[in-house]
Amino acid sequence: MREVAVIGVGSTKFGEMWERSFRDIMIEAGLEAIQDAGIEGREIEAMYVGNMSAGRFISQEHIGALIVDYSGFSKDTHIPSTRVEAACASGGLAVREAYLSIASGMHDIVVAAGVEKMTDIGTEITVDVLASAADREWEGFVGATFPGLYALMATYHMNKFGTTREDLAEVSVKNHYNGSLNPKAQFNNRITIDTVLNSSLVADPLRIFDCSPITDGASAVILAAGSIARKYTDTPVYIKASSQASDTISLHDRRDVATLDSTVFAAKRAYKMAGITPKEVDVAEVHDCFTIAEIMAYEDLGFCKKGEGGKLIREGVTALDGDLPVNPSGGLKACGHPVGATGVKQVVEIVTQLRGEAGKRQVDGAEVGLTHNVGGTGATAVVHILTR
Amino acid sequence: MSEKVGIISYGAYVPKYRIKVEEIAKVWGDDAESIKKGLNIFQKSVPDMDEDTVTIAVEAARLALKRRDNLDPRDIGAIYVGSESHPYIVKPSGTIIAAAINAGNTLTVSDFEFACKAGTAAIQVCMGLVKSGMIKFGLAIGADVSQGAPGDALEYTAAAGGAAFIIGGENIITEIEDTFSFTSDTPDFWRREGQDYPRHGGRFTGEPAYFRHIISASKGLMEKMGTEPKDYDYAVFHQPNGKFPVRVAKILGFTKEQIEPGLLVPWIGNTYSGSSMLGLAATLDVAKPGERIFLTSFGSGAGSDAFSMIVTDEIESIERNPKLRDMIENVRYVDYGIYTKHKRKLKV
Repeated sequence: MREVAVIGVGSTKFGEMWERSFRDIMIEAGLEAIQDAGIEGREIEAMYVGNMSAGRFISQEHIGALIVDYSGFSKDTHIPSTRVEAACASGGLAVREAYLSIASGMHDIVVAAGVEKMTDIGTEITVDVLASAADREWEGFVGATFPGLYALMATYHMNKFGTTREDLAEVSVKNHYNGSLNPKAQFNNRITIDTVLNSSLVADPLRIFDCSPITDGASAVILAAGSIARKYTDTPVYIKASSQASDTISLHDRRDVATLDSTVFAAKRAYKMAGITPKEVDVAEVHDCFTIAEIMAYEDLGFCKKGEGGKLIREGVTALDGDLPVNPSGGLKACGHPVGATGVKQVVEIVTQLRGEAGKRQVDGAEVGLTHNVGGTGATAVVHILTR
Repeated sequence: MSEKVGIISYGAYVPKYRIKVEEIAKVWGDDAESIKKGLNIFQKSVPDMDEDTVTIAVEAARLALKRRDNLDPRDIGAIYVGSESHPYIVKPSGTIIAAAINAGNTLTVSDFEFACKAGTAAIQVCMGLVKSGMIKFGLAIGADVSQGAPGDALEYTAAAGGAAFIIGGENIITEIEDTFSFTSDTPDFWRREGQDYPRHGGRFTGEPAYFRHIISASKGLMEKMGTEPKDYDYAVFHQPNGKFPVRVAKILGFTKEQIEPGLLVPWIGNTYSGSSMLGLAATLDVAKPGERIFLTSFGSGAGSDAFSMIVTDEIESIERNPKLRDMIENVRYVDYGIYTKHKRKLKV
């Protein structure tokens, strides 16, 4: 296995981009990453694009071909371009596929991108599209939506471990604060515990401020073989580990409703591959599609013992000035959650942090970063560990 | 040819039935307090069983004529009715109104549709015909019995009402100094033929639709005329809910005091084509000679018409009672069941 480095990153602003199309935002993110890497287009050997459901969001399939064409590589270099799908973990998986293609020795410079255009259709259809990440026959057909399934996990977690309603709210407050420092975040407004507690109920106990929003956005990273990375940048960020794990697609088939075993296994494999322990992580971007998801992520990634996730947020450990800042970008909650792009955006954020270029939201002295991207209610988890 | 053009008289009408936000929220399991706070609306008007856009338009037009009893309805050379709820898809509302007010047969009539701004478009057309000398008086009406699907957010605001303005070149009570429009193809809200209820793009109806068009038309007019918000005593903006007009006024630099007299939506709801025109009628009820009024309508689809007006001494010569604010205080509340009957939401 060859060493792999990130040599360029790019992201659009996340939000409701009614005036711009799927291809517009994808190209903007890709171009920013290419410029950041200082490479020429003809140096790119392959592309991987994470996208969950363009077929239903914008009635467009064959995303790999569309993106490579609009990137201008279909008429000269004719490089391969592959769409990768694992629901909300599509972005993380695109990074992993790009990583594998370089680590294997097949390619030297590869683009990993993620894109989703979610606001071109009505909310009801969007909710149904997202529900397709769960088990349609056993969950979707009987009315389970994503907030409904995560509400079950939250209720179970609260009953089993004493996690409180306020603990959940704290996650949202923290992520909105971080989002206020990120110019590319969908939400820049700071909120209080009361904002969350008094917001509309979505699926008890989850309220609207516990839920990540519907977002348009695209992100891209340029990966290169470690041996050539310094030709392009003085600040390469190395991918020390890339791992992926699976769990049952239905929530009711899980060993434990309040544990994402996919995360547990992906994390264990990643720590082993990188040769570190969870304690050595300086900054993390985790999959907070709902506030309870971030609390479970703390536990399943080994940042604390099972059941102590609520305590971690309560004690401020994961705040920007805490011992282990989590979701400095604002996370899915405040930065936004364009499902196919999220996993790539997490890598963009960690690279920016490790380079020391995160501005007001910079985590002091960050040297080891972790990304955690989840598909569905945890049927897929992708974890990356990056270092300077 | 007429040098000046303006409003000769005006009338307004809002059905007396009301339904409260609480009553609708109760049926759909919504939180009434957060809706009242979020939309700044407490209740909306509901038409009676036998009220529709035409009856509302006739009531408003009759009041406008009553205020000018020396005006011969047969001198009205054009009637344009703006609405998105004309009772007939084919067959004009305007002919019924012309007959009801005894306007005779030698006039031109047409129905207008541009979501919530067709009434102000009617004013603009009448202005052109009067100024060119083609007609002596024109009657511009905006009226609606608007539709909101059961359970849709629109159901809290979709109301009924209308206003009528007689436009002419002499005995002007309020001169229309200038007008400016801003239009684009923005599909934020629509209803296709055969559909009972409109559909809309949720938040898309805000920034790229309502705000972009009202701000562009308003700024365009003030730039064209060299005026500023502080040059006006009153301002009226289309009122789809109680929040948007307040916010757009603030963005443009108008004060709460300027918009307050014309802000009726919290108590009557969104009367669609009647909305900004009812706001203008309520403002004219209290305006004094020499005062200036700024008005910008908005219609989904989308467009805005902005107007700059100045009240003349002539306004003192007409009877402005009953005032619209007094008229809308005479209410009778209905429950959701009666409301569905009045709105013919029950299909049998």
